[in-house]
Formats: sequence, structure tokens, C-alpha cells
Amino acid sequence: MYQIKLDAPDDFEGWRAAARRLARADVPPERIIWSVETAGSGSADDLFAEAFSGAGRPDMDGSESADAAPFAISRAFLDLAQTALLHSDPARFALLYMLLLRTRRAPHALHDKADPLVRRVEALAQAVRRDKHKMRAFVRFREIGNGDDAERHFVAWFEPDHHIVRANAGFFVRRFPNMRWSILTPATSIHWADGILREGPGANRSDAPDGDPVEDLWKGYYSAIFNPARLKVGAMLSEMPKKYWRNLPEAALIPALIAGAQAREAAMIAAAPRKERLSQERMSR
Amino acid sequence: MAWLDTRQKLEILADAAKYDASCASSGTAKRQSTRGAKGGIGSTEGMGICHAYAPDGRCISLLKILLTNSCVFDCHYCINRKSSNVRRARFSVEEVVDLTLAFCRRNYIEGLFLSSGIIRSPDYTMERLVAVARSLREDHGFRGYIHLKTIPDADPDLIREAGLHADRISINVELPTQAGLTRLAPEKSSARIEGAMGRMQAEMIDSADARKRYRKAPRFAPGGQSTQMIVGADAANDRTIIDRASSLYGRFGLRRVYYSAFSPIPAASAVLPLSRPPLIREHRLYQSDWLMRFYGFSAQDVGNATDADTGNLPLDIDPKLAWALKHRDSFPVDVNRAPRTMLLRVPGLGVKAVNAILHSRRWRSLRLEDVGRLTTSVAKVRPFLIAADWRPVALADRADLRPRVTPPPRQLDLFGA
Ligand code: SF4
Repeated sequence: MYQIKLDAPDDFEGWRAAARRLARADVPPERIIWSVETAGSGSADDLFAEAFSGAGRPDMDGSESADAAPFAISRAFLDLAQTALLHSDPARFALLYMLLLRTRRAPHALHDKADPLVRRVEALAQAVRRDKHKMRAFVRFREIGNGDDAERHFVAWFEPDHHIVRANAGFFVRRFPNMRWSILTPATSIHWADGILREGPGANRSDAPDGDPVEDLWKGYYSAIFNPARLKVGAMLSEMPKKYWRNLPEAALIPALIAGAQAREAAMIAAAPRKERLSQERMSR
Repeated sequence: MAWLDTRQKLEILADAAKYDASCASSGTAKRQSTRGAKGGIGSTEGMGICHAYAPDGRCISLLKILLTNSCVFDCHYCINRKSSNVRRARFSVEEVVDLTLAFCRRNYIEGLFLSSGIIRSPDYTMERLVAVARSLREDHGFRGYIHLKTIPDADPDLIREAGLHADRISINVELPTQAGLTRLAPEKSSARIEGAMGRMQAEMIDSADARKRYRKAPRFAPGGQSTQMIVGADAANDRTIIDRASSLYGRFGLRRVYYSAFSPIPAASAVLPLSRPPLIREHRLYQSDWLMRFYGFSAQDVGNATDADTGNLPLDIDPKLAWALKHRDSFPVDVNRAPRTMLLRVPGLGVKAVNAILHSRRWRSLRLEDVGRLTTSVAKVRPFLIAADWRPVALADRADLRPRVTPPPRQLDLFGA
């Protein structure tokens, strides 16, 4: 068995380098144990595994030696792998390695969308894309500071499903380059100030501020833009599942809005003058 | 800032804006902010972002408000009409700008959809709308999405300036027929509305032309123009609505036609129906709109799916299935050989599934099980397909096909029809 330890759960470069060496040496997937380096993980090492370096064998030292078979990985595979690798499924490294071997033998393997392995990896990538999108949507900044522009700092607490935080930082930089902001999550935090993006350790919800004066306005807007005459709770839930609610200030209003909706429409119809209702009934006959 | 006062106004002016269905923020030019005094805030990256969803299932990506809900017009279906007794409010240009920026900084929204009741004159109103967009873009470097509702009778110069700041501009045609408009919105005319749409389209074409020659030429509404039709406030049937939508797409190059099932409004005018059409009707119209935009259906194809007597789409099945049931001789379709256009006609096969089939079948012959992995419901598509190991037993001819493929009644609409 070979043990491959990646530096971080989203260490794509590390996975790629290792996978390239392993594939060139034709190591079968079942002989590899993939894991992520964590503090104190040493004791959990597989006792029967040996670290794989490829050192000592000319075809396995990681450099493109002259007689090594050319090994091109398609752009399509890299794009897919780069995304799928951020998934929290521990099997992702192995699945991607299997798919890599497959594409080496059959360059068109990725096109076979009905193949179970391709499907599975695409489903991982799809879940990651959705998680990234939802993070972009549902991060809510709260302001700390005293209103003095130089002191303003916007802080958010977010709980992603997958290892997307680093990969998603660019979006917030492009959108808010002139704000000082931090996004705290259980596994990592990212901070932007003065044009520099920094990474920090994971945080707790209590590290983030618990309110913002503008939130009341936002909640007022959220209630007012809702049309109680067309309740579609299922449609809302499929795009904004409950797991996000606890970090969305406006979500606290939802139960009351739903409860009030039916009563409000009934009242509206009952309030119409009787004469009009009669003429309406006549019209519809 | 007097937030309480702002909150009351915000609630009134958002409440007044919620009957507009559009909240799209996608499909415009890609923009991002940069560091520095002029670097700004906000971005658009192609795919719009719904920052929240309301319990009505609608996406909230923009701050959607009216500048004022006072109006000199008296459109019967509108809560803001002159004769309505609704509370009135009015935002200043600065208030809207400040709110947009405050919401954007906290990542509640990615832009603004600004509309207004008509006060004093069309030009005066349009000038205020443009002033908001100008201030956001020029004073604050706002790179987020802006949708401006334009007023058909406003000075073309103002509309041109609106299009230079906005990603999208729109004018609502409101009702599918001139007769409906005459009855329910007597001060509006479809000729004037269409005249303005035509001018906006011409501006877009000019700007696209100019940009081919000078890369720096200003863009005019890169997100295109859209419109909205109210469904169920007048007697127009689905066939009429679909024909109208298709002609608007064709003549003015509209990006989107939105449908809004008429909602009973407080203090409704007596000429309106008191109950609303089932929401599922609006949904069926959106489905038919998709068929025309992405599935190669013509307005006539969709028209064929409507009921011959009423001219309405069936409510219990989707329009694609309705079309298939009326054209059984076109089925079954062979997944391994049929052209794309025919695969797109198969009920239950979406564009993504069809593309995946086309990719996969180049490498091997697809069996039903493979198709099952590419679609959500193999049971739904099976009667219409031939696969390597599957041929429906002339199922498509069976008289009882409809009950077999019709979904069981589901409570889609909490209030019933
Ligand atoms: S012009 Fe617009 S705001 Fe005024 S009454 Fe008509 S639809 Fe309502």
C-alpha cells in the first residue's frame, strides 16, 4: 500500500503531482490510501502503508524525464477534478485517480456522461459548484466599527458543506475590493484588508458580530417584497434549504410570513364590497 | 440617518414594486470592482445570484422598489393607481442610492431594480430614475446590476441615458391585447409602448455596431430589454398570450417576457376579477416560453398544445407532454439515432439530458439504464423512447397513455384555483 498525504483538504496541486507520479508508475487505485495532513494525524497512519515518493526509480521521480511516456491530462479533466476535489467526500481523491487512469486509456471517457464513475465525479463537482454559489449568495456581512470609513469592518459567519472557502475568495475580492472584510467559517477564515487577502484558522459563530443596524431595514424589505397571495414554500425551500436559515437574518421572519399569508388573502377577498362580488359572479357565469 | 422613517418608506415602496415578476440579474456584461478611490463596489459575473428567496418562491437578487408610488395614471390592476387609497411615499434620489449601497455592502443584493409611478410628467419621472443610476455609477463607482423601468412617453434622450447606465431596461406591455389595455389601462397604448421598445432595440443594435469598430464605445443596456404581461386580469387565453409573446420576442429582440398571474390587490377596482387565476397557469406559460426559447418550439407548436375550444394550455400536464400526446405519430424516438430536435421533443428530457445523450452515444449504444442515469424520471420518458434494449410496446398508441404519463394531482397551489 502507498500512503499519500495531501497538505490540505483542497490541495489540488498536491493531488495532481501525486496522481501524475502514481499514474506514470501504473499504481492501481486499490493500492493507494489518500489522506489529508492534519495536526496529530500521525497516530492514525495505516501501519502497513509506505510513503510513496517514486524516488530511486528514474521513471518515478516526478520529473518529465526524456524517456517517460508523454502524459497530457486534458483541460476538461483538470477543470472537473479541480472542482470535484473540493468536495467533503473522503473518497474524492481515489475517485478522481480512477477517473484519471480511465482518461489515460480512453481519452473520450469523460464524454460518456452515462458512465457511473463519470456521473459520480460530475455529481461531486455539481455539489461543489452549488455550495460555492450558495456561499456567494448567502454570506451576510455585519459591520463593526464606529461608522468612520477607515474603521469600518464587515464580518460574516458562514458554514459551507465543502472545502470551498479559499476557492471562493476571489469572488468577494472582485465584488468588495474597497471594503475591509472577513469571512469566518468553522475550518478556515479569510480576511481582506488594504488589498491583501490573508488566511486564518477556523472560528466560532460567537467570533462574528451578532447584529447590524441595517438588518432591520433588510428585514422590512424582505417582508414587504413577499407577495402573500402566492405562497410557494416548496420553491423557496429547494433554493434556500433550512440548513442556511440560521445564518440568514431574514429567515427568522419566514414562519410568521407563511402563517399570515393565507389569512391576509382571505381577508382581502372578504373586504371587497358585496356589490362588486355579485357583479363579478354574474360576469363569470 | 432617520432609519425608522426610511424603513416605513421602504416597506411601502417595496410593497408597491412586488407585482413586477422580474428579478433577473444575469446575462449582462462582466464587471468587477478594483482597488482604489475610483474602484467602486459590486460586480456582475454572468450568472446572476439570488441572494435570498421569499416564501412566494421568488428570487431576491435586487433591491426592487419604486421611487414613488404616487401616480397620475389610473390603471385598474395597479395598486398605485390615482384612485387607490394606498399609503403614498416617495424616496429621494440620495435615499435610494444610500440604501442600494448599504444593502450591497452587506451582500443582501447585487443590484437595483428601480421603477416609479408617474408624477408630474413622464420626463420629470424618468429624469429622477436616471439620476439614481447616474449617481450610483458616477459618484460611487457602482459595478452591480441596474434594471430601470422606462416610461414610454419620456424623452428619447432620457431613455438613451438610462440605457447607458443600466444593464437592463424594460417597459411592461401589461396586457396581451389592446382591448384589454383600453379597458384596464385607459391612459396607455400598445402603439406607444411598442414604439418605445423599437427605439430601445435600435439603440442596442447601434451600440453593438459601434463596439465592433471602437472597443470603448459605450454599451447600451447590455442585459437587453424585457417586458411583463399580466395573466388573468382580462379574458385573453393562453394562445393569444403566447402569440403576443412570440411576436414581441421576434420584433423587438426581447431578452425575456415575464408573466404575472394577476394578484388580487387591496382596494381593487370594480372592473377586475376578484379571484386570481391559478398560479399553475402562469407556470404553464413560463414552460411554454422555455419551449420556444430553448427547445425549438414555434408559437404555433405551443398553440397546438392548447385546448381547441378554450385556447388554454392544460393545467394538469405540462405543455411539452400535451404536445406529444397530440403528436403520437412522432414517437417513439430512438435515443441512439434521432436528431437533437426530436430528442428535445421527448417529454421528460431536458436540454442537459439531450446534450449528454448526444455526447455519450458517440461512444456506445445507449440502453434504457444509461438514459435513466441522465434523466430524473425514466418512467416518464420510457413510453416515448427506443433504446438499445428497449422498445415501448406501441405504448404511444394506447388510449390509456394519458393517465399513465400524467402526474398524480399535487397540491401545487396552497389556495387552490
Ligand atoms: S402608470 Fe404604472 S404605476 Fe401608474 S397606475 Fe399605471 S401601472 Fe400603476
